[in-house]
Amino acid sequence: MMREELKIRVVKGPDGVEFEVDPLRDYFCEAPPASHPPAYAKIVEDLFNWARSHSLWILGFGTGCGAIEMRPLMTPRFDAYRYGIAWRPTPRQANLLVISGYLSVKTLKRAIRAYEQMQNPKYVVGLGSCTINGGMYWDSYNTIKRLDDYMPVDLYITGCMPRPEALLQGFEDLKKLIRAGKAEGANQYAEKFEWYKANQKQVIHDWDMPDYNW
Amino acid sequence: MMRALHDRLNALFPLGELTEQRPDLAFLTVPREHLRSIILHLRDLEGFSHLVLLTAVDWLEEGNFQLTYLLSNRGKAVDLGLRVMIPRDGASMDSIHDIWPTAATYQRELREMFGIQFPDSPGVNDDFILEGWIDMPPYRRDFDTKAFSAKTFKEREGRMTTDPEQHMKQQLYPDGA
Repeated sequence: MMREELKIRVVKGPDGVEFEVDPLRDYFCEAPPASHPPAYAKIVEDLFNWARSHSLWILGFGTGCGAIEMRPLMTPRFDAYRYGIAWRPTPRQANLLVISGYLSVKTLKRAIRAYEQMQNPKYVVGLGSCTINGGMYWDSYNTIKRLDDYMPVDLYITGCMPRPEALLQGFEDLKKLIRAGKAEGANQYAEKFEWYKANQKQVIHDWDMPDYNW
Repeated sequence: MMRALHDRLNALFPLGELTEQRPDLAFLTVPREHLRSIILHLRDLEGFSHLVLLTAVDWLEEGNFQLTYLLSNRGKAVDLGLRVMIPRDGASMDSIHDIWPTAATYQRELREMFGIQFPDSPGVNDDFILEGWIDMPPYRRDFDTKAFSAKTFKEREGRMTTDPEQHMKQQLYPDGA
């Protein structure tokens, strides 16, 4: 069932002209995401990757109980800011999505929207057992069991929950991946877009958003 | 005190069994057709002015849903739970949203999670927690959450389970001492 605000409607503009609005087509980009492989000489790409690895901006979006570990991490006790890791309020300003713990189907929908609104290059870290194999929610009726079926995951941090130290270690490992040019999740998502969409639509039964939320 | 309240109610309505859990908490089984008048009596004349919660229990073997209306008398700091048994098949119950508007939210949840219908309750058929749910209501006890999960969500290979007692024995005393 389509939500009211997504239905095609006729709108009267300030100049008095009436026109039709189809929110799903008019408010979003219709083109699927494109892959942007490394285009420059290796030394230039290495410089880019070095710079990227030192500005990890995390989207402040907590999906499960793991989000509670991010609070001590962003405050003076563990202070991730000293490693160049900052938290941002909107997907447009972030380049790292941390799926912090179990992900219900309802939250998956929001996580996909948030991920697709982030700008390239972007990275995904799965935090905790739940994102790896379901964790303690392995027999739950509404949580997914493998995050990498729905999103390109660059790195998993194991634990239930992982301590803030483990997260810091994980972020340092992610930096190494980025510097080595191996964190190509966004390109992978663009190349296997159909496959990811098919997986997502298999569990999200009321798909009431555009296929690509850019 | 609960006993005295029970006696006063018993003179007016046919009542079921009374369970006194604590001095300030009791549960009372009431017939379905008298629930509304009992609630109104408790609210207006006995000071039970607050609906704490409305929840359901699935008695699968008996073929019943038990609805529990937990009412609170704030002045005297006592709680009284009213239990109503309704048949599981085609479960439907009268709405009490006009007595306490908060009941509409509970009824919406019960409609979604247990499949109990509350005709005339505002917004009762809107999604509450689940979105795009296609199976039977998941809080019903005959809903097999494990089978549903296995069918719906793909597993990762290599997940294993160990018995904690055996595992720790193996870890601490590898020689079997």
